[in-house]
Amino acid sequence: MAGILLDITPVVEEAKDFVNGLDTMWVLLGAMLVFWMQPGFALVEAGLTRAKNTANILMKNFCDFMCGSVLYWIAGFSIMYGVGNGFVGWDGFFFIGSDSNVPAEATFIFQTVFCATAATIVSGAMAERTKFSMYFVYSMVISLIIYPIEGHWSWGGGWLSELGFHDFAGSTVVHLCGGVLALAGALVLGPRIGKYSSDGKSKAIPGHNLTLCALGVFCLWVGWFGFNPCSTVAATGYDNATSMSHVFVTTNMAAVTGGIAALLYTWLVDGKPSLSMVCNGVLAGLVGITAGCDCVPIWAAAVIGVVTSVLMCFSVSFLDKKCHIDDPVGAVSVHGVGGIIGTILTGVFCDSAINGVEASIGVQTLGALAVAAFAFVLGLGVFLLIKKTHGLRVEKRIEEEGLDIYEHGEACYN
Amino acid sequence: MKKIEAIIRKTKFDEVKEALLNSDINWFEYHDVHGIGQSRQDRIYRGVVYSTDIIERVAITIVCRDIFVEPTVDVILKTAQTGEVGDGRIFVSDVIDTWSIRTGEHGDTVLRDKK
Repeated sequence: MAGILLDITPVVEEAKDFVNGLDTMWVLLGAMLVFWMQPGFALVEAGLTRAKNTANILMKNFCDFMCGSVLYWIAGFSIMYGVGNGFVGWDGFFFIGSDSNVPAEATFIFQTVFCATAATIVSGAMAERTKFSMYFVYSMVISLIIYPIEGHWSWGGGWLSELGFHDFAGSTVVHLCGGVLALAGALVLGPRIGKYSSDGKSKAIPGHNLTLCALGVFCLWVGWFGFNPCSTVAATGYDNATSMSHVFVTTNMAAVTGGIAALLYTWLVDGKPSLSMVCNGVLAGLVGITAGCDCVPIWAAAVIGVVTSVLMCFSVSFLDKKCHIDDPVGAVSVHGVGGIIGTILTGVFCDSAINGVEASIGVQTLGALAVAAFAFVLGLGVFLLIKKTHGLRVEKRIEEEGLDIYEHGEACYN
Repeated sequence: MKKIEAIIRKTKFDEVKEALLNSDINWFEYHDVHGIGQSRQDRIYRGVVYSTDIIERVAITIVCRDIFVEPTVDVILKTAQTGEVGDGRIFVSDVIDTWSIRTGEHGDTVLRDKK
């Protein structure tokens, strides 16, 4: 009889290898898809601004990713995921991580592209009037300090995660953070020349190419299929399979209902369905579902898409016409409003039967507000400091003739 | 010699072009022009209503011998007309001289007949 008892150790080892390999594939695929959001942001921002500033805005998108990648490697990852206290992580600089179900480097590259996403949200709101050199400084601050610290609270074992705050893929950690920094930047900069008439009426400054904008939104949409589903960071087993499939469905559902809501909103309120607002609506839905994409039912994803998108549309008008905060691409409304609403609605609609996730409205609200306040205060401080010392805004003549020639010496269109 | 300049609707350009090539004209220039006039159109961008006063038209320039002025103007009048406000204008002016760069000759023989 004893001869029948086989030694199964090699089989188990082989199965573990297989699991690790598949999980790693999933995480790296996710990193690729999230990277694909960079061209998405670049195109949306380029499309919604004027031709004379296109090289500048594309350069800022490159800058965010390049700067972010290096700084996240030097210290960002350690501050976010290193062992420390509830507020900040503090070990393993120059990326010393440990392997889990996937190699440490897979986790690292996946988190790097997330960091760069948070950074790149801001450039749109500050478009067409910011000194490039000073944008570079801001970009370093978010990748090195702001994003890693608040990210540590939710994802690195910090105080928010202790409280049971649930932000699956980053409505708060990535988008709300970027959104409030965009608000701080736009606030300190002031509106573009010619945005408001002397009697305080808002004037339209149409973007130069809606084809680019629409293509950018489709790129972002594809990228979001990595941003959300791949945040399971595991792909093997039936539980993970159902989880990531569910995330795919909820992510897409919120995107489409967000788009439809913006379409109907502009049609009813302004009289015409607006393409550029539908683009923003899709993004608002995506931002909104990001926190709870793993734990809300599909119908709730549809509701989240509609609610975030309608509030985003309202916010675009409110910021522009009432507050006179000039955000050329709607980054504050899409990422800030979408992020905070999506995070809170996760507490409302969370169904523990789906993935065993619990989230309460109170903790969700607290978490979103804490991150928003932290990022806003820090961002405001950085931008005001830059404004006082070196100046944040380009000279009038440069702004009028375009940043491309004066800041970079090359025009986008020749 | 005369110069005929016609400002016409963009939508009528193809018809006018065909008609001109079928008449005695064998060369003309055209360019897109933007004009400012009385007509305005309300547009909406991200919830902000703004009005555009820029009107897009095509300008056609033809230099021809005096005898061709009337038939050419007739062709344009016939093909570019819709009857709505904004059909455009035709201007005719004198041209003092013309040179052919290739041969160096000048005068109205430079503007040859088509056939």
